[in-house]
Amino acid sequence: MTQKLFSMPEAVERFIPDGCSVLMGAALESLIPFAAGHEIIRQGRNDLTLVGPISDMLFDQLIGAGCVSRVIAAWIGNVSEGLGHNYRRAVENGEPQRLEVEDHSNFTLALALLAGSLGIPFIPTKTLLGSDLITGRRSFRLSADPDTGAPLVHVKALKPDIAVLHVQRSDADGNAHCWGNLGVSEEGGLASHGVILVAEEIVPRSLIMSDPNRVLLPSTKVVAVVHQPWGAHPSPVQGYYGRDHAFYAEYHLASRTRNGFEQWVKDWILTIDNRKDYLVRRGEDRIAKLRPSGELISAPVNYGY
Amino acid sequence: MPPRSRAPCDPQCSLASREVNREIGYTAHELMVAVAARQIRDGELVFVGMRLPLMAFALAKRMHAPRAVGLFECGLMRDAPSPELLYTMSDPPNVAGAIWSTRMINVMALLQQGAVPLGMLGSAEVDRFGNLNTSHIGSRERPTVKLPGSGGAADIASLAGRVVIMMQHERRRFRERVDCVTSPGFGDGGDWRRRVGLPGGGPCAIITTLGMLSFDLETKEALLASHHPGVTPDDIRRQTGWPLRPSATVHETVPPSETELAIIRAYDPKGVWARP
Repeated sequence: MTQKLFSMPEAVERFIPDGCSVLMGAALESLIPFAAGHEIIRQGRNDLTLVGPISDMLFDQLIGAGCVSRVIAAWIGNVSEGLGHNYRRAVENGEPQRLEVEDHSNFTLALALLAGSLGIPFIPTKTLLGSDLITGRRSFRLSADPDTGAPLVHVKALKPDIAVLHVQRSDADGNAHCWGNLGVSEEGGLASHGVILVAEEIVPRSLIMSDPNRVLLPSTKVVAVVHQPWGAHPSPVQGYYGRDHAFYAEYHLASRTRNGFEQWVKDWILTIDNRKDYLVRRGEDRIAKLRPSGELISAPVNYGY
Repeated sequence: MPPRSRAPCDPQCSLASREVNREIGYTAHELMVAVAARQIRDGELVFVGMRLPLMAFALAKRMHAPRAVGLFECGLMRDAPSPELLYTMSDPPNVAGAIWSTRMINVMALLQQGAVPLGMLGSAEVDRFGNLNTSHIGSRERPTVKLPGSGGAADIASLAGRVVIMMQHERRRFRERVDCVTSPGFGDGGDWRRRVGLPGGGPCAIITTLGMLSFDLETKEALLASHHPGVTPDDIRRQTGWPLRPSATVHETVPPSETELAIIRAYDPKGVWARP
């Protein structure tokens, strides 16, 4: 069996090279792989294409850190706070570098990944007819139903080089359970050439096999499994921790200016080696407040025959 | 006399008990939430966004639309609002107690197959024909302000049966024509939607901090439908970037009742969204 368990630095080093396209934030505002994103910044990656419907402030951080030349997304900013300051500086002023933006809607981004996962060149839809989002863009083609002549938009397939998906638990081979709100995680993982799973817990294969319906992806797509508790903080992971709303607000204030952002990156990424130290810096009192206050265990399912 | 036919979003839609209390103050946002809630019909599937539209859904469920069901573009369906105030639609309290948690593409499928009669949207800019801009102010190549993008708004605007827009009413936001049609309204008017092939019905109301606009059934131009208490039609015209014409039934907006306010304030006790 191929060894798939890696540390975060190893996984980023091996599987996220300069210039690649990487899907992150597939589950919208939850399960965002912030720890992986911070490691990408620490390793000084360049010329990345980021793919994700709404990745909250992770994309803003990577853009500000100079890692990104292109972004393919439906919404980029700080969801609970407003505009992404680094995103704006990049598009409006080319600071720290020019940024190419391929605009999607949530639906068309999902469809692009679905087409990629199906191995077909495009998928037709009725969404965005009449919208400027499709005018003169390479992601779309205005077309028509061959039988009725009714207008259709063809959304071209997206096949990211690598998807980074945060999950609650995985075995060592990448058979993983994920629950909560999944967004485009399934189609995104299937469409990508390879998947890095970041898991709160590594568990025995038998545990995963006890519930095959809850397995997110075929492990054949998984190239790396990283055990990283709190790897999605400040975004939430159902059953493990809530959203650290204050952290988003603090980032929004800090990143208002370029200098403020650079200081924030020093404080939270560059002077920190790993997620454990990051949590220490955040402070146990803040972290404790994010842990679930109780359990909401689902009804068991019986696969017996 | 034949019964008066009601347009899809009838600004005079009234509720059972209207204990209006003018001595209780309320904010413009609280009023907007109350007005938006009245647009939700019992039993409807509604694409709810965050913030004010979500509060409108919570209020409508408690008032006249107990069987309304909420859809969130991340892939959630709820028939009861989350017990906790949400900062994002993916917050864990929104998942716990959902009646369906699925892939985003499945809720979008419901939208595209025509099963969602109502969507609620905010926007940075709106124009005379209800087109929304959340992409860029200024040119696409060198924008003055790069805005966050569509999210699911363009899909909702394209595919929902009708759309209610909720916005801050300022002249710089209410433009003759938006710089970018992110989310299509009525294009350049008339039968534009049919011509471009859009299946959804388009916007039916713009609920703002100053009043409410409805849409002319033929020309699809936005018209003044109501002005909030303390606001005159002239105030609204001054804050609108095109010559705003009145609808046939301009009136003063019915303010929130004591009951409606109590529900709004119970949902958002710190006024995070309703009393900014």
